Amino acid sequence: MRSFGAITAALLVAGAVGATEIPQAERRSGYSFMKPDTRAIQDEDTANPGMLWVLDGEALWKRKSGATEKACADCHGDARTSMKGVAARYPAFDKATGRPIDLEQRINSCRSNHQQATPLPFESRELLALTAFVARQSQGVPIETGADPQLAPFIAKGRELYMQRQGQLNLGCTNCHDDNWDKRLAGSAITQGHPTGYPLYRLEWQSLGSLQRRLRACITGIRAQAYDYGAPELVELELYLMGRARGMALEAPAVRP
Amino acid sequence: MASALINVPAKAKRGDIIEIKTLMSHIMETGYRHTATGEVVPRDIITSFTCRFNGAEIFRADLFPAISANPFITFFTTVTQSGKFEFEWIGDKGFSETASASITVE
Repeated sequence: MRSFGAITAALLVAGAVGATEIPQAERRSGYSFMKPDTRAIQDEDTANPGMLWVLDGEALWKRKSGATEKACADCHGDARTSMKGVAARYPAFDKATGRPIDLEQRINSCRSNHQQATPLPFESRELLALTAFVARQSQGVPIETGADPQLAPFIAKGRELYMQRQGQLNLGCTNCHDDNWDKRLAGSAITQGHPTGYPLYRLEWQSLGSLQRRLRACITGIRAQAYDYGAPELVELELYLMGRARGMALEAPAVRP
Repeated sequence: MASALINVPAKAKRGDIIEIKTLMSHIMETGYRHTATGEVVPRDIITSFTCRFNGAEIFRADLFPAISANPFITFFTTVTQSGKFEFEWIGDKGFSETASASITVE
């Protein structure tokens, strides 16, 4: 009986470490899994359709909005300097709510609190445009998310969700993106799941989309119930993934197949 | 709101072959999709793209529902003189957009 207990304990330990984390030196952006044609779309600003949202975002940045009649630019000035490196630190800890918030939620909180404007709906053209414009200012900047010690418990929760098997297919994120990233699924490359380019233009979506949209699609893919946009679980997962990609260069707005 | 991204070299040598790249923001709704209640989503596409150089048409394309959103059209031309490229996109629901780019030929 004692030996049975010992085996169970050993299995539990093995289960916990069974998923091997990708060594730092072997981390690869989704970009490196793409064909040259798709890379070419991302590489050139006049070929990258994500730039349409960036240009829209630049216009929105300067547009006065809400009861205070203020534009983002009235407080933050020139985004090229004030927003440089900002996206590389999100999701970040929000003092007001005591939780991590992602870049979309930060923009909306700024809208509600400082512009006294209505928050923009998730995945709306305006919110994606502003996010893309802000993220674009950090293109090439190494990701720093997760440095704040207050984020530690939320990163741990995000990691737990990442490791958790769920859905009818009983898969966790790690089962594909840590254990099988050098293989293919239905002809498509399984990537390492580093969110280096969000918001990004997916050729499949024929549109720009957020990391939350991508995560929801993946969760639906394993036939689990996707969390609603803005759900704490999604933000924690975003936080874990960005921390996992720390040091990799931001590519927003990226292009993916 | 931003609508077009144009890539034309600013300078070229006389007789050079240059590549022109254009990207137009458009949803390109096929007209073959239905809503959850079964109604057809009406077709909304770009139907025609034209490029003129100093007023003369040098390239034209007809577009159809199978073309993806935000159509990216590229083509090559030979330049013999400095001038202005004018681009025009025409589509359903009265869609009409123009853009232009100049080139200096040395």
